[in-house]
Amino acid sequence: MNGMRVYVEGVGLWSPALTDFAALQACLEGGLPASTASKPPAALLPPNERRRAPESVLLAIEVASQAVAMSGRDAATLASVFSSSHGDQPITDYMCTTLARAPQELSPTRFHNSVHNAAAGYWTIATGCHAPSTAVCAYRASFGAGLLEAAGQVVAEGQPVLLVCSDTAGSGFLLQMTGYTQPFGCALLLAPDAGPATLAQLDLAPTPASMIDSAALDEPLAGWCKSNASAAGLPLLALLAGNGGCCRVAASDALELELRVERQ
Amino acid sequence: MSASRFPFAPLAISAYTATSALGRGLEAHLEHLHRAQGGLRPNDFSEAPLPCWIGRVAGIEQAPLPEALAGWDCRNNRLAWLGLSQDGFLEQVAAARERYGAERVALILGTSTSSIHATETAYRRLVADGRVPDELQRPEIHAPHSLVAFVADALRLRGPALTVSTACSSSAKVFASAERMIRLGLADAAVVGGADSLCDSVLFGFNALELVSRQPCRPFGAARDGISIGEAAGFALLERTEAAPQAPRLCGYGESSDAHHMSTPHPEGLGASMALASALQRAGLEPAQVDYVNLHGTASLKNDEVEASLVTRLFPASTRVSSTKGYTGHTLGAAGILEAAITLLSMQHDLIPGNLGGDAPDPDCGPQFAWRNERRQVDVALSNSFGFGGSNACLAFASARFAA
Repeated sequence: MNGMRVYVEGVGLWSPALTDFAALQACLEGGLPASTASKPPAALLPPNERRRAPESVLLAIEVASQAVAMSGRDAATLASVFSSSHGDQPITDYMCTTLARAPQELSPTRFHNSVHNAAAGYWTIATGCHAPSTAVCAYRASFGAGLLEAAGQVVAEGQPVLLVCSDTAGSGFLLQMTGYTQPFGCALLLAPDAGPATLAQLDLAPTPASMIDSAALDEPLAGWCKSNASAAGLPLLALLAGNGGCCRVAASDALELELRVERQ
Repeated sequence: MSASRFPFAPLAISAYTATSALGRGLEAHLEHLHRAQGGLRPNDFSEAPLPCWIGRVAGIEQAPLPEALAGWDCRNNRLAWLGLSQDGFLEQVAAARERYGAERVALILGTSTSSIHATETAYRRLVADGRVPDELQRPEIHAPHSLVAFVADALRLRGPALTVSTACSSSAKVFASAERMIRLGLADAAVVGGADSLCDSVLFGFNALELVSRQPCRPFGAARDGISIGEAAGFALLERTEAAPQAPRLCGYGESSDAHHMSTPHPEGLGASMALASALQRAGLEPAQVDYVNLHGTASLKNDEVEASLVTRLFPASTRVSSTKGYTGHTLGAAGILEAAITLLSMQHDLIPGNLGGDAPDPDCGPQFAWRNERRQVDVALSNSFGFGGSNACLAFASARFAA
């Protein structure tokens, strides 16, 4: 299968323990994570939008703006891919509970916030971006599948693409089904060519799934990977934070991406 | 037109199918279109149904999944299976799987709510009985990827598998993702399409937004007052044109964002016109070359106003346009593929479907509108799909005779 090469210009990251990419770098160098953030700041959103926006949107906007800021690019021009295995679990929990109890009382705002592309909508509105934007998922492989879609857009269209992969913590019955005990979001700004903002060269080679758990991460990263599907991006983020190297991420049940990172 | 005139290599649509309130498979759709007979009926879906009309697919409740796939059972996956089982589609995919290998056939489907109906059912049991029964404790059906995971299993595909969930543009945008994957050599063929089934989330959700009509929806009607929600499944098989030289072509697509509002379209249709212009540009076409446009035409006040004005600005009267949501209702995440299928039928049968529900048209609609069926050769056609979050997509199709 054909491989692809893209260039990473920005990285965003938010979880209660790690609130940006620099925190991951510090953590990998042996620092203890400062663990108590409760809500992503999402400072890019105007205050009234920030009040209205659900948790999934705050998380996605936070990591997206970190990655774009690092790249120095103009957010209004960027195509984007928003991936999330379950979207906003607290909203789904609210919707299904309300529909079971008093369906006529369903909140119209929470309904329009429940679409899987809510984060993409808020992002393009907040940044005045008319470029194509998509919202995707692939269950536990949502990070890898989103990366494949985003890198494919970079190479096919010759344009930079913002990839965001994020999931809220589980809520109610859904927490029993997903087991997501904490929120996690990450973002990558991917470009077709090397430039002054390039952090790393990233080669992607799709290969059949090996069934081998290749994520040889140490604690606490290994535990975080299990706590949220979007944290499947951590092995790649760790390579970007360190000295590069190789890892594999799932892109579907049957497909993996072999990733090679060379720091620039 | 030779392939070299395209900045983009068209793909063959070597098989396609649709299932909606009009029936199962293409023949049922064509028959209803010829007779100008819609498929909406009074809402009988929820436990306490809202007073509105719906586009319901008959018989889903009596159509369980085959034994080997029973673990995926839920309303949406049943609808998807009904859809896959029409028009010899399963056989065509099996042949492509043989030809290219299971790893070389991508699967990209759109859905807005996927199997949320099963999650709603689980919560109803939780609220009523204090616990969710074991048969509803299946993590994979309480996830939006449920549809694609099920179809990958049913079709035994092992290539890239992706769910696109951008509300009402979902199953139009899948064509764009698939085209890129084939162009990049990540796959040799792709199954695209989608399925969305009726559920309380959308019936009560659109009702809360005051976007649902109490009557059968009247797209582009002067007195239109909202949508009718429907359900549908549809699929298409995309391959390089050498594999199916006589098949209709996907010759372009355009995608854009409104950057305006979560649930209201841009007042001047800025995002919509960008998607349309991008589709025409990729296809190497001028607006005057377009024979037919299947409009998004939801029958919401705002969408139809914006879209009618876009038609007036862009197309000559020789381009015919209509919405077919009066036939099927708004099938949300499945609207892209359902209306792509209707557009392809129009092309293959030289039929411009009349805009059902427009008996008293909005005076803002231009001479491009086909209010009744028209017999006419259709070689180039577009299909519009616009969604919440300002997500717009436009697909461009051409007949093999035009592309030759």
